[in-house]
Amino acid sequence: MRKKILLIGKSGSGKTSMRAIIFANYTSRDTNRLGATIEVNQAYFKFLGNLILNLWDCGGQDHFMENYFSSQRDTIFKNVEVLIYVFDVYSFETEKDIFYYQRSLESLVTHSPNAKIFVLVNKMDLIPEYERDKKFEKHKAEILEYSKPVQIKCFQTSIWDETLYRAWSSIVQDIVLNSSLLANSLNEFSNVIEADEILLFERTTFLVVSQSLRKEHSDLKRFEKISSIIKQFKVNCNRFDTTFQSIEIKNDNFTIIIDNFTPNTYIMVIVSDPNITPALTIHNIKYAQKHFQLLESQT
Amino acid sequence: MSKMMSSSVIDQTSSLSISSQNILSNGTIVDFSVGSMPANYGYDESFSKEDDEEDSNEESSQFKPRILIMGLRKSGKTSIKNVVFHKMEPNETLLLDPTTKTNLEDISCCSFITFQVYDCSGQIDLFNDPTCDYIALLKGCGSLIFVIDAQDEDQYTDAISCLTQTIFKGYNINRGIKFEVFIHKVDGFPDEKKMDIYNEIQQRANEMLIQQDATESLIQKIYLNYHLTSIYDHSIFEAFSKVVHKLIPQHRQLERLLDFLCNSCGLERAFLFDVASKIFIASDCISPLDTQLYELCCDKIDLVLDISNIYAPKDVEGISADDSSYTCVKLNNELYLYMKQVDKFLAFVCVIRDEIFVENRGIMDYNLTLFKDSIKDILSAQKTVSQDQSVNNQNNTNSSEPDTSNMANNILGNF
Repeated sequence: MRKKILLIGKSGSGKTSMRAIIFANYTSRDTNRLGATIEVNQAYFKFLGNLILNLWDCGGQDHFMENYFSSQRDTIFKNVEVLIYVFDVYSFETEKDIFYYQRSLESLVTHSPNAKIFVLVNKMDLIPEYERDKKFEKHKAEILEYSKPVQIKCFQTSIWDETLYRAWSSIVQDIVLNSSLLANSLNEFSNVIEADEILLFERTTFLVVSQSLRKEHSDLKRFEKISSIIKQFKVNCNRFDTTFQSIEIKNDNFTIIIDNFTPNTYIMVIVSDPNITPALTIHNIKYAQKHFQLLESQT
Repeated sequence: MSKMMSSSVIDQTSSLSISSQNILSNGTIVDFSVGSMPANYGYDESFSKEDDEEDSNEESSQFKPRILIMGLRKSGKTSIKNVVFHKMEPNETLLLDPTTKTNLEDISCCSFITFQVYDCSGQIDLFNDPTCDYIALLKGCGSLIFVIDAQDEDQYTDAISCLTQTIFKGYNINRGIKFEVFIHKVDGFPDEKKMDIYNEIQQRANEMLIQQDATESLIQKIYLNYHLTSIYDHSIFEAFSKVVHKLIPQHRQLERLLDFLCNSCGLERAFLFDVASKIFIASDCISPLDTQLYELCCDKIDLVLDISNIYAPKDVEGISADDSSYTCVKLNNELYLYMKQVDKFLAFVCVIRDEIFVENRGIMDYNLTLFKDSIKDILSAQKTVSQDQSVNNQNNTNSSEPDTSNMANNILGNF
């Protein structure tokens, strides 16, 4: 099952950097080695078993952009599942940006009317922290205005913190097919083993594909933080030609177990009941694996 | 992500001012650590005037060794201090302002010693500035770190001449200072170039030292060590660890403890880490230091701290140190990284093979409880010594080495 994802935006807005960090294990620092993308760069990523993401990273320089809306319009905008449009928050050419954005929307609505649209406002790290939310809300309002009547979802991102993972997790969760079935199974599992939270991560990208929450937690941004923490550790391990299989943290307040689950996912279980030993949780996870593997192969 | 360090810096500062008032009889104490208001709300540019008390300086330096970080301006001193002790991300250091005043910071680094890190402003020439009492500064100094910017080739001569001047002045004031040179900002260079720079700087420094030293005997007596460092990888932590090792009186003993543990439990590698700064206080001596394993352990500590801080209840910070807590990372090359918190600041991290860990987990945990007790013995012995000295204000000659053979006998043996 192939899904086509279009990544469009002005030159230098950060499309290829984001793609490299999420899918190719680059660190944020490594991305300064990347050069300008020439025309369209197509890549295939296997995701969650039978899903293949076909990512079209479209170079944003002016002469390429012109082609996308004229001669290559059909090729590019047909059969698109998701359009991701990337804005650079520091860009000074706002009129041109909006122009390209609206033309992309038009082309998309014509050729792939059912596509989902995500708009990312990137490079938010260049804005001082106290101004960020305000500025983002302002941009978001403008973008919503320009997008009418098309429905879009807007996120602020930066490759230097966890906001990147938040945006891409949302994108990916929208694409995954049987996400409600998965979520229900996770909820059942969670009730049985009395876990506070269960998160399901995709193996290569470590994006959260599903979660089950039984207990309230104050930090709403924790999912993306965890994604980026674990991904960072994974990348560090890769430097030494190794990778981790499982992580177990136990103390007075909680037990956290991160382990291989299905061939395409990792599971993270957080248990705060001190009476439940880690060995028990690990045992339960092993038994649940079969059910979830079956679920995955059925998509 | 975790800002645990800042709170303990402030705590340690207040206890510093109390204990230093015990030790010193005359002379005003000015305490102006970063991030807290000094006791008397005063604020002047001079350092604490402890110069009249020679005895107390020798003693206090045993318990609070001073590390001076010096170097030309923009060589990277404040960045080093922030990255190592305040968990700052390396790329955030670009936003730091140049240091105008010399800052004293009391780092509650680990249980054994409390550091005072003097981050000297590169803009002030320490020796010529009339407001600086550099004699007092150098007298209590355990290690002097001189930072040279490896990327700024034009400044090499200036840096090296400043270094030589510092070494001579320092040696004349305090014979015991260990001089460490950090050849910094080497992350941009390939390995060959790094070695070239290392050799070049070492050579030029030696030449200049010999030139200025009439008797030539000084070179043999000075303890001078070079390190290649960068804040963008783990080399700065490793270099700082080695500096710290020389300042800890119990270092050799801790290494022996770790050797016993490694031999009896079949560990590949064992480290005693200071969790907040990721400096390792000791490691086993069975094989030479494998940088990769050290880095993996550092990364693991980061991971555990970050995740624990997300899920810990509001009032609890850091990792708990009771017997049943542990952290375990299984790698796919049949190695386990196992970590247990020893006390509030220290953690024991070891690298062990799959099969051995699974079979002998229980015995290893038992041995680790003995290990923890031994560390506590060492710590309390240290405290008794320091208390005696602060009360009596005399030199205490008996060394308080705990009996490590006791622990060795109790450790369950080889398998």
